[in-house]
Amino acid sequence: MLREYLPVLLLLGFAAVNAVVILGLGELVTRTHPTEIKQQPYESGMAPLGDARDRFSVKFYLVAMLFIVFDIETVFMIPWGVHYQQLSCAVPLVDGACPAGQLSFFGLGEMLVFALILLVGYIFVWKKGGLSWD
Amino acid sequence: MTDFAEPGALLGALLPEITLLLGTLILLLVGAWGGESSSPTRRSARFALGIVGVTAVAVVFAWLRGDGFTTDDRLTGDGFRWAIDLVLLLGTAGALAIFDTEQLRTRAYQAEIPVLMLLALSGMMIISASRDLMFTYIGLELMSIAVYVLAGANRSSARSAEASIKYFLLGAFASGFLLYGIALLYGAVGDTRLSALGAATPSAMYLVGVALLLVGFAFKVGAVPFHLWTPDVYDGAPSPITAFMAACVKASAFAMLLRVMAEGIGPAIVHWHPVVWWLAAITMVVGNVVALAQPNVKRMLAYSSIAHSGYLLVAVLAYSQEAAAAVVFYLLAYTLATIGAFAVLGIVSEGRETTVTIDDLSGLWHVRPGLAVALSVCLLAFFGFPIAGGAGFFAKWYVIQAALASHTPLTVLVVVLVLASVVSAGYYLTAISAMFNRPRPSQLPMPVQTPLLSGIVMVVAVVALLVLGVFPTPASRLAAAATLRAAPLATPVAGTMTVSAPTVAATEDAGSTP
Amino acid sequence: MMLADALIVSAILFTIGVVGVLTRRNAIILFMCVELMLNAVNLSFVTFAKLHGVSGHVFVILVMTIAAAEAAVGLAIVISVFRHFGAVDLQSLKLLRR
Repeated sequence: MLREYLPVLLLLGFAAVNAVVILGLGELVTRTHPTEIKQQPYESGMAPLGDARDRFSVKFYLVAMLFIVFDIETVFMIPWGVHYQQLSCAVPLVDGACPAGQLSFFGLGEMLVFALILLVGYIFVWKKGGLSWD
Repeated sequence: MTDFAEPGALLGALLPEITLLLGTLILLLVGAWGGESSSPTRRSARFALGIVGVTAVAVVFAWLRGDGFTTDDRLTGDGFRWAIDLVLLLGTAGALAIFDTEQLRTRAYQAEIPVLMLLALSGMMIISASRDLMFTYIGLELMSIAVYVLAGANRSSARSAEASIKYFLLGAFASGFLLYGIALLYGAVGDTRLSALGAATPSAMYLVGVALLLVGFAFKVGAVPFHLWTPDVYDGAPSPITAFMAACVKASAFAMLLRVMAEGIGPAIVHWHPVVWWLAAITMVVGNVVALAQPNVKRMLAYSSIAHSGYLLVAVLAYSQEAAAAVVFYLLAYTLATIGAFAVLGIVSEGRETTVTIDDLSGLWHVRPGLAVALSVCLLAFFGFPIAGGAGFFAKWYVIQAALASHTPLTVLVVVLVLASVVSAGYYLTAISAMFNRPRPSQLPMPVQTPLLSGIVMVVAVVALLVLGVFPTPASRLAAAATLRAAPLATPVAGTMTVSAPTVAATEDAGSTP
Repeated sequence: MMLADALIVSAILFTIGVVGVLTRRNAIILFMCVELMLNAVNLSFVTFAKLHGVSGHVFVILVMTIAAAEAAVGLAIVISVFRHFGAVDLQSLKLLRR
């Protein structure tokens, strides 16, 4: 029974190794020239100390909105992922598997169309300069 | 009726909508490469006109082939859907042409405005196709969100921004009610398909759901007392957008109202009938009386559009196949008159931001007789004048006929309708008499030339109105073919509760409409 | 019973939203009240989904998406109003009264 959790363990190990490798590489490769400003904790470009009821640039609004709109679309991928096996099968699943020769591209195609529409939106935002700060 | 449609069938049923959206996405990308100067906007508007044309062809083919149905009963391909789609496409094409002229004069608009109009149009087409409140809601929001932005299309105008936020806040508020109504109906029935709602026995939750749904609908069609946003938004929004809202958004809202009432909430008819009866009566009276006091032509047309909502509600109340046909014909005539009137106003105002008042129209006959005649025909069509008002007369006539032939003859309501129409003569004829009888004040600028697209729209609208006013048969045949498919329109299931209002006494046995 | 409780909470939240829209004058707060209304409805949908099956959940996801789109558009409109009027108070918007 415990064997079923082996993939989880593998994933955990991979994540740990990955983290160590990336942080280690960064430590090895970068050269640092610390200044006082660079040493401050990073807080979305704002002054980290002082009154929290401060005005901040309206440019953050654009970033936040682009984030929300694209982020929410991901919600649709979760039910799609859960039902992917059925969606890529032309007939109802038998014992949780698709009978041989009944694979269909319906599920994949639908998500491709969905992603393509998002891509159009992304290209539009990019072309209009919505992703550049200045 | 199965639970889910085949993927291929879904694709076939939505072919016109998919055509439209594909064109819209391409237009969006093309517009992004254009920069911010004036010519990309006008190019975009003309490209959008082309897309509207292609979609119209797709709609006609789908209608002729009998496409559009899905086995899960969530989408329908009945004539009502296609006829409403054609009216919407006509209205959008007109609004796009007026927009092109406005851009020529003001150069105030971005290339994305036509894209937003097409997106709103696709939402409207989804509404007219849907027999499931889920789809209806998605279509409604797709339309509404696009139109909120459109109301604020002129970014340099404070009036436009004010119109936009008022429309947005009240529109979102109304959709909240609508959505809660849908949730309660779903809770009571366990399904959001209109066929399931129409077969249910109304429980208390069902009735509360219907009530909330009605509040949402009344906001969207601008019925009194939920009309307060209409004059401000119509006044503040740029003229082409006002034309788009007055013609298409209204038509679409009524298509939604009629379909949901006829196919969905029929079982509760004894409860909503008296409510809608009063809504219709108050809307007709208030709309017309307040319009009398408006010197600003756009505000006058806004109140007139509220009054027209009242007339259309009478047809909805008549609750028969003839009434559905009357609504389609009415919307066609109303769209033509709206587009024609706004085309003329756009030419007269010459892109100035200040809105046109009745004084600005004085003596128009002496300087530009063509414009004066065209505007008069459109106003007389709103009024419902025979011959000179063209199809407007028959539109009202069919509504009255349907109302009197309904199982509960709506005699009192028809009397209100006629009296309200008489009141409306007060402001329509004032505007017309200002154009013909007053001299042209010398300080008023002379409208110089008629831009091509606006001119075409104006001429087509006026000629179509006049021709349909003499030979209404082709259009009324088309409208009669455009009836709703569902049986519930003919057989409302009487509620279990007692009838409370005198007007509905006979509605309970409205079961056997011929 | 759980379901009835959830429906009552949803109705109360919706009412708070409605009262907020009717009494407040700040556009942002009005907008938050509208979002509260939508989320109250979402709670209803989830509750009913327990009775009627999956389509309630589907509706919730759709409503969330639409609410996000509405938020993006709504805040953009609020910003454009602020640029013109220097305030987001509905009482300061008085251009459109004849």
